[in-house]
Amino acid sequence: MTAKKLGLKQRYAHMTRGLDWETSYQPMDKVFPYDTFEGIKIKDWSAWEDPFRLTMDAYWKFQAEKERKLYAVIDAFAQNNGQTGVTDGRYANVLKLFLTGISPEEYQAHRGFAYAGRHLRGVGPRVAAQMQSLDELRHIQTQIHTISHYNKYFDGLAEFPHMHDRVWYLSVPKSFFDDARSAGPFEFMIAIGFAFEYVLTNLLFVPFMSGAAYNGDMSTVTFGFSAQSDESRHMTLGIEVIKFLLEQHPDNLPIVQKWVDKWFWRGHRVLGLVAMMMDYMLPKPVMSWKEAWEIYFTEAGGALFQDLARYGLRPPKYADIATAEAEHISHQNWAIFYQYTHAAAFHTWLPDAKHMDWLSEKYPNTFDKYYRPRFEMWGQMAKEGKRFYNMALPQLCQTCQIPMGYTEPGDPTTICFRKTQFRGETYHFCSDGCKDIFEAEPEKFAQAWLPVHQIFQGNCGGATIPDVLNYYRMNVGADNMDYVGSPDEKLWNEWQADKIRTAV
Amino acid sequence: MSQLASLTLYHNDEARPIIEAIIADNPGVRVLNMPGAVKLDCEGSLVVKRASVEERLGRTWDPQEIHLVIISMAGHLDEDDDQFSVSWKH
Repeated sequence: MTAKKLGLKQRYAHMTRGLDWETSYQPMDKVFPYDTFEGIKIKDWSAWEDPFRLTMDAYWKFQAEKERKLYAVIDAFAQNNGQTGVTDGRYANVLKLFLTGISPEEYQAHRGFAYAGRHLRGVGPRVAAQMQSLDELRHIQTQIHTISHYNKYFDGLAEFPHMHDRVWYLSVPKSFFDDARSAGPFEFMIAIGFAFEYVLTNLLFVPFMSGAAYNGDMSTVTFGFSAQSDESRHMTLGIEVIKFLLEQHPDNLPIVQKWVDKWFWRGHRVLGLVAMMMDYMLPKPVMSWKEAWEIYFTEAGGALFQDLARYGLRPPKYADIATAEAEHISHQNWAIFYQYTHAAAFHTWLPDAKHMDWLSEKYPNTFDKYYRPRFEMWGQMAKEGKRFYNMALPQLCQTCQIPMGYTEPGDPTTICFRKTQFRGETYHFCSDGCKDIFEAEPEKFAQAWLPVHQIFQGNCGGATIPDVLNYYRMNVGADNMDYVGSPDEKLWNEWQADKIRTAV
Repeated sequence: MSQLASLTLYHNDEARPIIEAIIADNPGVRVLNMPGAVKLDCEGSLVVKRASVEERLGRTWDPQEIHLVIISMAGHLDEDDDQFSVSWKH
């Protein structure tokens, strides 16, 4: 007689629970020293549920299959010189920003989840956090492998780890993850697992990667969607974390709410880079940042917070401000990079007439009124040989580390500027959201490594811009400045000329 | 206020029978086509039935195979041997 096959739920229970044990040589509190100081109260770790019921053997099987598919595409892309078939040479610049600014954060996430997987004492979250840790390592590896092919042809990619730790705008995503990783394990899970993975990463990996596909980059869309297929599991972990904490004890609510508020705002600031990639850097745009925000925050986030209201959790503080900023953020960010193109490791350009018309159509309330005139003026200046460069080092926000170029809520012609005092020093902020975050943890944020302050203190190679660019290992004249006139543009035009010759 | 349950899948041959099964089994589903991906939204909940997928695929299908083609989701997930669902209902 054969035994009846176990159902998925029973199988999962047998293969995960009972993997842990009560320690006997050392007290549990010494083995798990970090899961109490944040004030989170857990009565019953076994109440944790894993909706994805993925056991380790199934995990390896599916991940191996995903890798096989991905590497087949990467190989095919390289063998067929796929880089010559993207929409335009400018496209490579989104990959530069991705590899220097986003991929290293996958590695930070890998380390953060390894830490959470070690230090949470319940077996359910530990298994899930360990799987996610492995996923994140897979993500940075596949991103490096995919983009390494572009590195054979395009500038700005070769020094990505060195740049990530030093270059001014890369401190924005780096400090975001440094902040999460230097928090306790529960805050890390809410910061990255919930606020970033559940509420915000769709904005990065779905419409942006779809944009990569639309621009002919099969290899990037494949790693993007392959990573995002893990992301569905991560989102499930994120929502499970928040439900679990809120169900365990009513005292957890104010702590969790504070983290949701903080990490929503921090994530919103970091994703401003993606807004600019979608609206300005994809030669063929696929969806505007504002449209993506409506689908993935207003609509999807709305459903989520409506559901979480039963625990007393409210939508993140300043969500209304963030939604209003979706009309402005990509334009303001691209303007910042245009002015500082000499210090950026990717190329900039002004949107052409057709692209500006697309922006007018997508941003009827703001583009023609506030941003088109500025870009047209800069275009005119460039034509007259007076291309505008901003040679002053900007004031950075103490929290998000972005140059303070954003405008007041409701008044897009006035720069938003906030400040506060701590231990006799003045600290500056781009927004109320960033100021609140500082004021809740001033001891932490007063220590921030701000690139501009570090340059002025003499810690970045010297006092002049060439000294600093050398410290960044920037290949001046190739990695930086406008796309027009760059070696990238020259190479791209040669490829195009070759194609025409071939056709004749 | 509307609460959409949602699945985003690859837009490829492997996912096509799953997409078709979802459209057949979830009346009122909204389909958003993007380059490379398709987002399926349905008020309240969305279900993928093993039997419907198998009928279109012509072979046995384990609902966990959805891991190979899923890109994103919204809603609380429930999964067993016969179906895979996302829902905001309790």
